[in-house]
Amino acid sequence: MPISIDKALGDMPAKLALYGKRSSLLASNIANADTPGYKARDIDFRSVLSKAGGEQLALKTTHGNHITGTGAGTSSPEVLYRTPTQPSLDGNTVDSQQEKARFTENAIRYQSTLSFLTGRIKGLRFAIKGDQ
Amino acid sequence: MSLFNIFSISGSAMSAQSIRLNVTASNLANAQSVGSSEATTYRSRSPVFSAMMKSFQGDKVSYGVEVKGIVDSTTPLEKRYEPDHPLADKNGNIFLSNVNVVDEMSNMISASRAYESNVEVLNTSKQLMLATLRLGR
Repeated sequence: MPISIDKALGDMPAKLALYGKRSSLLASNIANADTPGYKARDIDFRSVLSKAGGEQLALKTTHGNHITGTGAGTSSPEVLYRTPTQPSLDGNTVDSQQEKARFTENAIRYQSTLSFLTGRIKGLRFAIKGDQ
Repeated sequence: MSLFNIFSISGSAMSAQSIRLNVTASNLANAQSVGSSEATTYRSRSPVFSAMMKSFQGDKVSYGVEVKGIVDSTTPLEKRYEPDHPLADKNGNIFLSNVNVVDEMSNMISASRAYESNVEVLNTSKQLMLATLRLGR
């Protein structure tokens, strides 16, 4: 009875990587809060996650004996520009408060994914060890 | 790992903001300075911030802030007739520095707030990384 550890962990490792990437983007937004002409950037999470979860890349088969297989798409996230709520005169589009709120939200998402992952790993460990 | 980038990003921002604080301190200290000519009188200074950009997957992404340089203000200096002043020129004029104390105070508050938020970002990222290290325990 094979247990695929990759499958047991689901899309959570990919999510963690994505949250990590996003937190570095938001950190550079906060870092450049006073830089003239800097444009705030972010990842559109919904689109990336729906792409990673829904779209499965099928293996191309050119022969009858080829085995069909699927792998989760690892498309790189598209980094977009934020639409400013109140543009400033020096061309900077960073709203410090908003960026801080998003950064905190992202950190909490990261942490919750981590704790889900911990639960999953504990379950696997329990399954491996048995009732010891 | 992306979380490691944050240390250099927020670190660069903190150093940029501390340079800004430094310049503000120098401006405030010289707010009452006088000189005997336009060239020798202290002029208000300000740092020029610029985003450091690098290519990432065919796209330009910032990885921090740098201070491109410190520029002198071009606001004209105030000339005052004070023939008794030891620094007065041959016409009896002295020149006052063009530091605006109110501007400098608001600059100082803005810089310290920005510094604080970067420290917070750094702390949060550090906690996330430590939590990741404890994964599965």
